Amino acid sequence: MIDMAPYITVAIIIGIGLYICMFKSNLIKIVMGISLIESGVNLFLITLGYRHGAYAPIFTMFNGGIMTLPTPQALTLTSIVIGVATTALLLAFVIKIYRHYGSIDAKDARRLKG
Amino acid sequence: MSFMDQLPILIIAVPLLGAFLTPILGMMSKKLPRYTSTLFLAVSALLVALMAFEVYGGDGTPIIYTLGSSDPTPFRIVLEIDAFSVFMAIIMAGVSLAVSIYSWSFTDKYTGQDKFYTLILLVVVGSYGMTLTGDLFNLFVFFEISSIALSGLVAFRMNRGESFEAAFKYMMYSTLSGLFLLFAIALLYSQYGVLNIALLAQGITADGFTPLNKVVLALLIGDFAMKAGAVPLHMPSPYAYSESPGGISTLFMAASQAGLYGLFRASFTLFGGAISSMGYAAVGWIVIILGVLSMFIGVTMALVQKDVKRLMAYHCISQTGYILLGVGVGIAVLGDATAMDRYGKAAIEGGLFHTINNALYKGLLFLTAGAMFYATGTRNLNEMRGLGHNMKITTMFFLIGAIAISGIPPSNGFSSKLLIYESVFQFNPALSAIAMFVSVLTLASFVKVFYSAFLGPKMKDKEIKEVPSSMIFGMAILVAAILAFSLFPGLVLDTLIKPAVEALLRAWPIPGGV
Amino acid sequence: MKPMSVIVRTMTRSLYPFILLFGAYLVVHGHLTPGGGFQGGAVAASAIALAIAAFGGTKAYHEKTLALFESGGLLFFLSLGLIGMGVAFMWNFLAGSGSLFGDPVAYGSNPGYLNTAGTIPLMNIAVGLEVVGGLGAIMLAMGSYAFDEDKEVSS
Repeated sequence: MIDMAPYITVAIIIGIGLYICMFKSNLIKIVMGISLIESGVNLFLITLGYRHGAYAPIFTMFNGGIMTLPTPQALTLTSIVIGVATTALLLAFVIKIYRHYGSIDAKDARRLKG
Repeated sequence: MSFMDQLPILIIAVPLLGAFLTPILGMMSKKLPRYTSTLFLAVSALLVALMAFEVYGGDGTPIIYTLGSSDPTPFRIVLEIDAFSVFMAIIMAGVSLAVSIYSWSFTDKYTGQDKFYTLILLVVVGSYGMTLTGDLFNLFVFFEISSIALSGLVAFRMNRGESFEAAFKYMMYSTLSGLFLLFAIALLYSQYGVLNIALLAQGITADGFTPLNKVVLALLIGDFAMKAGAVPLHMPSPYAYSESPGGISTLFMAASQAGLYGLFRASFTLFGGAISSMGYAAVGWIVIILGVLSMFIGVTMALVQKDVKRLMAYHCISQTGYILLGVGVGIAVLGDATAMDRYGKAAIEGGLFHTINNALYKGLLFLTAGAMFYATGTRNLNEMRGLGHNMKITTMFFLIGAIAISGIPPSNGFSSKLLIYESVFQFNPALSAIAMFVSVLTLASFVKVFYSAFLGPKMKDKEIKEVPSSMIFGMAILVAAILAFSLFPGLVLDTLIKPAVEALLRAWPIPGGV
Repeated sequence: MKPMSVIVRTMTRSLYPFILLFGAYLVVHGHLTPGGGFQGGAVAASAIALAIAAFGGTKAYHEKTLALFESGGLLFFLSLGLIGMGVAFMWNFLAGSGSLFGDPVAYGSNPGYLNTAGTIPLMNIAVGLEVVGGLGAIMLAMGSYAFDEDKEVSS
């Protein structure tokens, strides 16, 4: 049962993130929800590489035994970098929307209806 | 190693080099970036043409190129190119060249032009990368590159607040779909331990449709349908198309075709073996239902629009529905060899032919809408009339595009729609009837646009002149391609489309012969 | 943005080189210990964030300098890939050859020598420069968006 703890955490984090994206109307909260989903997917990627009783996959000072898989860690790093870029872009858009519309509520930013 | 062996990576590396030289060149002179970026795009289009000769002249095995070493093992990043990949790359090459020449005079009044061309080159890099790669995680990285660069381009006009709203919505949807794509890739990696598409296809064919594989297929179809702009995931597309500056809508549409590429690659190459061995028609029916919804909702929403670019954006959604309908029929009969020979292959051919036709005539229509905006300063159809008196060349181009999209003979739209009607009729007659009805509504809405914008008395309060020559040259490239495809549809079908369909239905060889 | 008080400015002047040094250490040792281009570049960019917050954005850096870092870093990376084009893109032409980073790697576990692994440390340095430029430009832009009401960042 303790083996399943990271996977349950991933499910809870992605669930909370999806709830925020769907039901909250403050734009900054939506950006935070996207960031939560991203963290959940990154945690899922790292958990996939774990093997029982394994050490961290660092090449120097390694003393026998088994290592965890290093490939998911490289994938997670790429995903974190992409996440930084998208969060920065989304926040820049939120700043400009505030400048033009005067509020950061998604219900007020509706000039494009129709 | 000769030059031809290095072609696949040069197609991606040349625009990337251009994208990062452009800010440095922009610091030196203000007008230099536009010419150098067009030069880089022309060089990469030439490389795509060379690659097309090599792939279409070969015997059908994909070209495999490994990054970082000379022997291909599936644990390195491999680029695997077959006829379908080159087909989508040809579409992107032609459209990007037309857009970059069109944008020479369109961005005269804007500052920050070097960033504009950097973003265009990055979108082109992202699309080439998505279509040429053989590794699933590489697909995800290029997917994200193209969506970030596209949303930066949509928000380019900084003096109006609406462009930021549209860009925010598009970026939010793209990020969510990219994250779920990463989730699906993680699920596949955990089961099979590799990220290479050919090895994954082998594993999935051996395993069949376990519940995890069903979840993965659902996530993959959902993500790529969002990028392609299919209903019900189409929400940000009309806003993004209408708020982007002139030629960017065309580039947007060509980059959405890369989403269609991902969808077909996932259905045919990754899951094709599993679908055909189990005889599931449900996957095909899901794609068909997505297509029919897109066609119908797209064209009915387009009938009531007053903004000319948003009208064309809804038409783009409806034409994407045609493509999904055609290829969905092909997916639905994957397990049935006799039905595949009778009408399945013709349906996929119709869908792929419609892809390239859609890129050509829809791209031309967006460019003419940009020209109308440049001449009058407004996008509202109620406020413009009588443009045909002074803008004769633009009127003629618009007429050619409208005839092609409505499927009137002898245009290329008619050829691809006829293929789709005939093959879908043998599968299920009701779908074909819906497709013909949608085509009639398309013609009705374009008659409305032509009447209200180009006919009638002249506008009195503005002076209408013909648009500058670089914009006309950009549009003329697409018009020449439309005319060539209309006059020789059989030739195009035999040389370009049939090898692509054959390549799509064949299983991929494993790099290194493992 | 208005600069902050004297204490903050003095401490920033003292701490700034050490943060940059730590970031450079993470970048250069990327092939031996956890670290590498993005991680070290992000730490060095936090030094830039500190300077922007303490001194006020437009007095601390010019946007063009950071843009030059970004483009230059990536061009260096791409040229490293293209030099090895005789065999393949991004072929490691310096590993085991005895020149700049070229000692061969010993088998088994060893404490790790800095002089190994060919083009990988060079690519780490290129990515580190690029990340410093990119993240610094983002923070400069957001700082001036938020506080200077009428100044738009344009080139």
